[in-house]
Amino acid sequence: MPEITRDEVAHLATLARIDLSDAELDHLAPQLSVILDSVASITGVAGDDVPPTSHAIPLTNVFREDVVVPGLTAEEALAGAPEVEEQRFSVPRILGEEA
Amino acid sequence: MSDLTRSTAAALADRLAAGDVTSVQLTEAHLDRIDAVDSRPDGRGVHAFLQVDRDGALADAAESDARRARGEARGPLDGVPIAVKDVLATRGLPTTCGSKILEGWVPPYDATVVTRLREAGLPILGKTNMDEFAMGSSTEHSAYGPTRNPWDLDRIPGGSGGGSAAAVAAFEAPLAIGTDTGGSIRQPGAVTGTVGVKPTYGGVSRYGLVALANSLDQAGPVTRTVLDAAMLHDVIGGHDPRDSTSIAQEWPSFTEAARAGATRDMTGVKVGVITELAGEGWQPGVMARFQESVDLLVKAGAEVVEVSCPSFVHALAAYYLILPAEASSNLAKFDAMRFGLRVTPEGSPSAEDVMRATRDAGFGDEVKRRIILGTYALSSGYYDAYYGQAQKIRTLISRDFDAAFAHVDVLVSPTAPTTAFKLGEKLDDPMAMYLNDLATIPANLAGVPGISVPNGLADEDGLPSGFQVLAPALADDRVYRVGAALEAIHAEQWGGPLLDKAPELETE
Repeated sequence: MPEITRDEVAHLATLARIDLSDAELDHLAPQLSVILDSVASITGVAGDDVPPTSHAIPLTNVFREDVVVPGLTAEEALAGAPEVEEQRFSVPRILGEEA
Repeated sequence: MSDLTRSTAAALADRLAAGDVTSVQLTEAHLDRIDAVDSRPDGRGVHAFLQVDRDGALADAAESDARRARGEARGPLDGVPIAVKDVLATRGLPTTCGSKILEGWVPPYDATVVTRLREAGLPILGKTNMDEFAMGSSTEHSAYGPTRNPWDLDRIPGGSGGGSAAAVAAFEAPLAIGTDTGGSIRQPGAVTGTVGVKPTYGGVSRYGLVALANSLDQAGPVTRTVLDAAMLHDVIGGHDPRDSTSIAQEWPSFTEAARAGATRDMTGVKVGVITELAGEGWQPGVMARFQESVDLLVKAGAEVVEVSCPSFVHALAAYYLILPAEASSNLAKFDAMRFGLRVTPEGSPSAEDVMRATRDAGFGDEVKRRIILGTYALSSGYYDAYYGQAQKIRTLISRDFDAAFAHVDVLVSPTAPTTAFKLGEKLDDPMAMYLNDLATIPANLAGVPGISVPNGLADEDGLPSGFQVLAPALADDRVYRVGAALEAIHAEQWGGPLLDKAPELETE
């Protein structure tokens, strides 16, 4: 069972788009190691002959009629947005400053 | 205390039908009770509610009364007020999921469960407190402060739906809605001496339920009696084309199943006691009450056998890989662009900088732990060893249930290993917190229905424990029948409901 290092937690936080402070990293990394250690018991419990289950009650191909139904108005969809401009979501710059 | 707030929902429905009380009177009585016990200047209120909608509830109640006067009542619960867990979208009423990242968010639509409550005429009193995004077993992970257990204000009310359970236990609402991903309806029921039902996965629509783990989440009733839970389930359940995992079939009347159980006759019912859900870590007083209830079922005519479900010992580990994996994907939508909090760092930050700063500021510790854990479990190199294995364990757990239900009608266990612990006791020890859900998690992994009914007080601490009944998928009627039977047998023994033994809360 590989222990999860502070650096690894920092990397995972980057992947998950969360700015963790040094204090948070110090706090979370050992806790995550304990949790991972506890869940590691399942490694190797089920062999290749056991199929995985993604949903307990299997359903396939749930279709509906292709008809237009009313949805949210633009105003409703934008009502909770942090910033709105010209009936659109206004977001910070997406590209680097050099671009 | 007004007898209106002590009444069961079924009794209130009868009184509304008889015309000796109005929905406005009922709703006012509950709003007054909320005012008296929910928030106190000394900080020792129950704090079951994050939001109380006095005006909306009273307007709904007035409409209900007008309908009834015209002879157009929409069903037995028309006019009976209800509280809704803050994880279900309510149009025009803030929905925070107990998180700072959604502080003040007002949904532009209703969850299907909420639509059905409105269509059935139930005034919505407000939104109940919960662990942030339903991650927790104590309601202490709410960004808005914990809910307190009405039995002992220094103890946790369970979680994640501690607000809904405490609201009914403190007589602030006759009915509430909860959601159960790993036990968040049943475990709070156990530790507050109330009733909670997790329906079969797909039995109640998830549309408008802010997802924690899509393959596990299920909304259901939180009440003080089994009959009330059944009546509420009949209102909120059934197929919803807006949820593609909703089961498209007709369901039997759960109200009738509960009424049938109340006759206390368990003749011909085969009950399996799960051997794996006992032993080390299980509080003696909880086990003693459990064994007594099993004996009572035998006396009522049930045939009881021990049943082994060997893969259940791996359920907790599988759950704490599957849940974080699904949660980390679900919570990616909180990106500070379309709704919720936006934190803008200084300088000329990019969208990604804003996203990272917002998610750090908006999410609490437990949410961060689970997002990181889920991100890890889904990383290349670890996927097969963790997430893949967990999904296979899920298959093994379903097979255990199938094998058990080939021989018995229902399976039983204590709902939670202990009674309510003290606030703060396990807050920074995630594994200790996770162990609370040991007995409830298998049902979520396999999608089967389960109920927790009050099961008496543990000798060590005088606090409530719960009795869990599990049934095969789609056989929700069985948990109501057996749960109602045990409840009726207990009521006879105790001379009334367990909540009669709860201490009176101080009121302003």
